Amino acid sequence: MKKMKAFTFLAAGCATAMVMTGCNSESSGSGDGGGDGEQKTIEFMHLWPEGSSKDHYDIVNDIIADYEEQNPDTKVELEVLSNEQYKEKLQVTSTSGELPDVGMTWPGGFLEPYVDGEMFAPLDDVLDEDGLRDSYVAGTTEAYEMGGSTYGLPLELNVAQVFYNSAIFDEYNLEEPETYEELEEIVSTLQENDVAPIALGNQDRWTGSLWYMYMADRLGEDNLLNQAINGEASFTEEPLVNAAEKTQNLAASGAFTQGFNGLSDQEAKSMFMSEQAAMYLIATWDLPNYTTDESVSQDFRDAVDYFDFPTVEGKGNQNSYVGGPGVGLFVSEESDVKEESKDFVKYFSEEWGEKSVSDAGVIPATKVNTDNVELPDMYLEVLDDLNNADNLTLFADVQMSPDVAETHLTAIQSLFGEEITPEEFAEMHDEAIEEDE
Amino acid sequence: MNKVMSNKLMITLYIFPALFLIAVLIIVPLILTGYYGLMDWNGIGSMTFIGMENYINAIQDGAFWDSAWHSLLLALFSTLSLVIYLAVSMILASKIKGADLLRKIYLIPMLLSSVAIAQLWIKVYNPANGILNTILRGIGIENPPSWLANPDVVLYAIFIPILWQYAGFYILIYYAALKNIPESLIESAKIDGANPLQIAYKIKLPLIMGVVKVTIVLAIVGSLKYFDLIYVMTGGGPSGSSEVMASYMYDLAFSTNNFGYGSAIGFLLLIITLVVTVIIRRLTASKEDIQY
Repeated sequence: MKKMKAFTFLAAGCATAMVMTGCNSESSGSGDGGGDGEQKTIEFMHLWPEGSSKDHYDIVNDIIADYEEQNPDTKVELEVLSNEQYKEKLQVTSTSGELPDVGMTWPGGFLEPYVDGEMFAPLDDVLDEDGLRDSYVAGTTEAYEMGGSTYGLPLELNVAQVFYNSAIFDEYNLEEPETYEELEEIVSTLQENDVAPIALGNQDRWTGSLWYMYMADRLGEDNLLNQAINGEASFTEEPLVNAAEKTQNLAASGAFTQGFNGLSDQEAKSMFMSEQAAMYLIATWDLPNYTTDESVSQDFRDAVDYFDFPTVEGKGNQNSYVGGPGVGLFVSEESDVKEESKDFVKYFSEEWGEKSVSDAGVIPATKVNTDNVELPDMYLEVLDDLNNADNLTLFADVQMSPDVAETHLTAIQSLFGEEITPEEFAEMHDEAIEEDE
Repeated sequence: MNKVMSNKLMITLYIFPALFLIAVLIIVPLILTGYYGLMDWNGIGSMTFIGMENYINAIQDGAFWDSAWHSLLLALFSTLSLVIYLAVSMILASKIKGADLLRKIYLIPMLLSSVAIAQLWIKVYNPANGILNTILRGIGIENPPSWLANPDVVLYAIFIPILWQYAGFYILIYYAALKNIPESLIESAKIDGANPLQIAYKIKLPLIMGVVKVTIVLAIVGSLKYFDLIYVMTGGGPSGSSEVMASYMYDLAFSTNNFGYGSAIGFLLLIITLVVTVIIRRLTASKEDIQY
């Protein structure tokens, strides 16, 4: 009897554990297979499962349905995986030479090994057709460029903005800062009133990197930051060291939430969204949280606003953004249906822009005419900002090769935690970049 | 039956399925890992043979030895905590009221998945509104540490949930072993006037020594290759201060696409674990098992 009890207890526990770990199984049915000899099939793998990204999933299906209607000879076969599984599958299929004809890739460092291994087809011919290239926001297709050819058609674009809670700002008579010095004032006012000024979850590291990137972008003015990342300039140049120092000082002054190096971005976000912190620097992929997401309280959504990162020491341009395209479409070099696939990705990119922003709240990499779409004001503002953007500085960890990015991210965490000096921070970058070349 | 067992063909037939699975799933990948360690490979493109370079780099890599030190610390703490588990099991096994219930309570962490445990402890350690710092502030400590952000304490802060997670497992093993000791031995010791401490130390402990040795090996090997909780709670940060060998290997292979180097680290991890296991077996080896 005793044994029996223990057994049921164990079984119940196991069941719980299985429920907890087993909830990420996704089915990915792909319609009816087959077709007659004439029909061509494009295999398309994407990472928006119906369960977690229903809006995206539906848009993709709409576009495919339209495409198949217009091209009765072509059939698009879908395979849908969630993010991490997608990355894994892509890697595995690439080594075994079984890449899907069309799939999604990330720009920069992620792309590099695939391009080196000649697995993705250059898409310049697609971009040059019908002026497709001009329909993209400046700097987005460039992120997929390697050795003079472009290997991806960007779908999403995200730029980082400082979101703030205007209810808190109003309470202490604060206004959107235009200079970094004003931002410092705001921080100290909030601290005097025992309000956590800025939510930051630096366990994820790219979150802290955003602060440094903006600081360096402003202080470095004419592209010094990009040159340093490309190895054409040194990180030890005065403006960049100054940027690191200013970032470190900001962290040391207690502007960020306590214990930021041990908090994940998710935790920081929840602090901002539960009004425990006044500001939060995050990219525009968070816009739905502050506009359309019904599960977030109306009061909070009304209170959130954003400002462009201020100028620092009077330097820099507020129309320069740190950001980067998210996923983009690639065509496999080994594909049996390469021409059809190229035609499909072109069609897909053209259709994606307006549909994605109005139906899924994605900021697309293509320019959107704000007169034609019905959207919350904050979206329109962001889209206008992007149409007027002077420069797009890519996220550091997207722009750098994986090795350098890892060094950068570790250095960021150490810089914020005051374990290294700004000079050491600069030297670590130079060394890593040199070693990489 | 004897006839079957002396038939060579039969022996092969019975052994083969298990041997085949072990070979395909463990031995072959092991050899391949060692082999990839000799390559410059990003996991996707073509491989270039570079000889022992990865292994030499690894041996000179300060970050690797830091992570190895952290793993050894974890092994040390896991081994020391076995004493506590042993004490708890002895108390549980000595017919106290509610022992059955307590044993089940101790087992609960083992039933949770590591990721769930990590999420739970992330909440506990939250510097602003986690339960731990709330209590500390409540008893008048002004500035409780940010447990997962402070490089000096983060490693120990993570050890606690790891030890907590496995407590039930070892307690269960010890409990079962202790229950196997014949009651008559303890009765006669009592008649001879032995006190409970003497019974525990002179009778119970020697009788379950075989089990204790196994748990020591399990604890050490388990610690050296430990990965999941650390990966979820801090990702090895801040600035590598909670990195262990397995998480370092993962970072190299999957975050920096350095599969060759990652494989080399993985292979070194295997060698270190093997060497430590052999040493432990030697140290704990005794001529014969004690029996009464």
